[in-house]
Amino acid sequence: MSLLDVTDLTVGFDTEDGHVHAVKEISFSLEEGEILALCGESGCGKTVTAMAVPRLLPPHTTRLSGSIRLGGRELTTLPEPLMRQVRGSEVSVVFQEPMTSLNPSFTVGFQIAEVLRRHENLSRAAARGRAVELLELVGIPAPAQRIKEYPHQLSGGMRQRVMIAIAVACSPRVLIADEPTTALDVTIQAGVLDVFRDLRDRLGTAIILITHDLGVVADIADRAVVMYAGRAAEQAPVEELFARPRHPYTLGLMRALPAAAVAGPAGRRRLAEIPGMVPSPLTDPDGCAFHARCPRRQDDCLAARPPLVRHGPAHLAACFHPGHPGEQP
Amino acid sequence: MADQMTVPVGAVPAAGPAERRRRLWRRFRRRPMPMTGLVLVAAFLLLALVGPLVTGDPVTQDYAATLAPPSAAHPMGTDDLGRDALARIASGARISLQAGVLSTLVAMAAGIPIGLLAGFYRRWLDPLVGRLVDVTLAFPFLVFAVGLAAIIGPSLTGVVLALGFAQLPAVIRITRGEVLAIKEMDYVSAAIADGATDGHILLRYVLPNCAGPLIVQATVAIPTAIIGEATLSFLGLGVQPPTPSWGVMLTVAQQYLDVAPWLAIWPGVLIALATLGFNLLGDGLRDVLDPRSGL
Repeated sequence: MSLLDVTDLTVGFDTEDGHVHAVKEISFSLEEGEILALCGESGCGKTVTAMAVPRLLPPHTTRLSGSIRLGGRELTTLPEPLMRQVRGSEVSVVFQEPMTSLNPSFTVGFQIAEVLRRHENLSRAAARGRAVELLELVGIPAPAQRIKEYPHQLSGGMRQRVMIAIAVACSPRVLIADEPTTALDVTIQAGVLDVFRDLRDRLGTAIILITHDLGVVADIADRAVVMYAGRAAEQAPVEELFARPRHPYTLGLMRALPAAAVAGPAGRRRLAEIPGMVPSPLTDPDGCAFHARCPRRQDDCLAARPPLVRHGPAHLAACFHPGHPGEQP
Repeated sequence: MADQMTVPVGAVPAAGPAERRRRLWRRFRRRPMPMTGLVLVAAFLLLALVGPLVTGDPVTQDYAATLAPPSAAHPMGTDDLGRDALARIASGARISLQAGVLSTLVAMAAGIPIGLLAGFYRRWLDPLVGRLVDVTLAFPFLVFAVGLAAIIGPSLTGVVLALGFAQLPAVIRITRGEVLAIKEMDYVSAAIADGATDGHILLRYVLPNCAGPLIVQATVAIPTAIIGEATLSFLGLGVQPPTPSWGVMLTVAQQYLDVAPWLAIWPGVLIALATLGFNLLGDGLRDVLDPRSGL
């Protein structure tokens, strides 16, 4: 049994345009101290998958099936008051937008202390002391001064560190980071990623990192799930994934990295792109969802949906005609 | 940590709340209209709070000097019963202030919780509250207040309650609108993700962040209530004689417009100046407190 086991998770939303299939039959597990990346392009379902774990999806329109077990406890059927205790103490979330994710009316110290008081019943003074320690943990200089400041006095990178401090205040077992560095300057990004790595090393926190940035995946993740149109296209340890990508979508993503750009006719280097569009989530046709954009497609891709097949130890890919193990991305 | 250098400590000037207040004040002080409003409101407060202590008794009658024009003994003249108009103006200011502030407090105390809950629990409470607010807003404010005052009965308490309830729908609507916007903010999502309860989110996240528009609404509600009190008292539905109220004074003054016009001019001008002052102040506060003003 892993720390977190997600099995056959399917999430849909009732909308005015009909039922949206956001996530389909995703399964993955997370071990203690592991950093798992959920990656893919916008709308591929990576955020919905992660937010289903602490049940942060809109309750009235979400249709969810499958199983999410945290330390053996089923979360999908947990009563809401108990789920509220899980949020922030066992499963925490760091959101994408540090500029707007802090309450502008209170000091950052107060906001960190509040989570501690809520979940751990600390006294005001004890919570304040812990808040200073937490700011130090996430690499904020002069934490004793910083806790007296308001969010608008901090830069984006600082605010994201404060968000991380709030998220890890109660030593959660699982930390979900939703594009935590996307809104930050490139120079700040590396520092924030270091904070996550440091937390994992020091506290043993397991991290689900949602990202569209394969550079971030390569930098920090242990394992990655590449998602496409709500399904897992490929899942593998990161080194294996980058060395031997099997799914044509993963291959396409890696060819689109600036480092992989090839010289064009005019001598200018051009980024490779994946032609076409993501299929509409309003439909869920048979066959491979990537079919229309796939350079390796054949007739059978449209007839049936390729299942996730083992291509090596811990390496799964959902493709009838995968790339060869030796093929360089 | 090794990456500390990527976040220079001095990147953002450390500006405390005191510094922010100073900046807001500087911004406010430079504008003539809000400052005029502030001066007028300050003068009104001074008149209401200190005036009655120095002007003498507003109900002492002097039949030797009825309807006397302004003089050294009676700087604003006297009314038909020989009562000093200045003393009555000062006491009337106190009544106006009470009516304005207390009815606004009533409206805020009842309207903010209702608006918070309606905006937060949109699925079951909001449709009900929304329809009720729409129905009451369909009545003109004064018609609604007159109707309520007639039901509650003529007294200062009646005026406060009638005006408070008449202002309630506007407060509910403004609060609800703010809640709807703030509910979608990232920091509310973050609070939910941290395991905050609904009550906690309402009191710590939603309420403090809609305080700005509510403060502005209060500065609009106070002058509205001042005019409302004068109107109700003028119509005999509010403060009753001999208690001096600017509205009561106008009722008497209209009978003597030809012989003692000053009796109508003083309360009329003061009602206008007091409401103008609060409105200018409110406009200024709205500009300064607007988050889009970048402060």
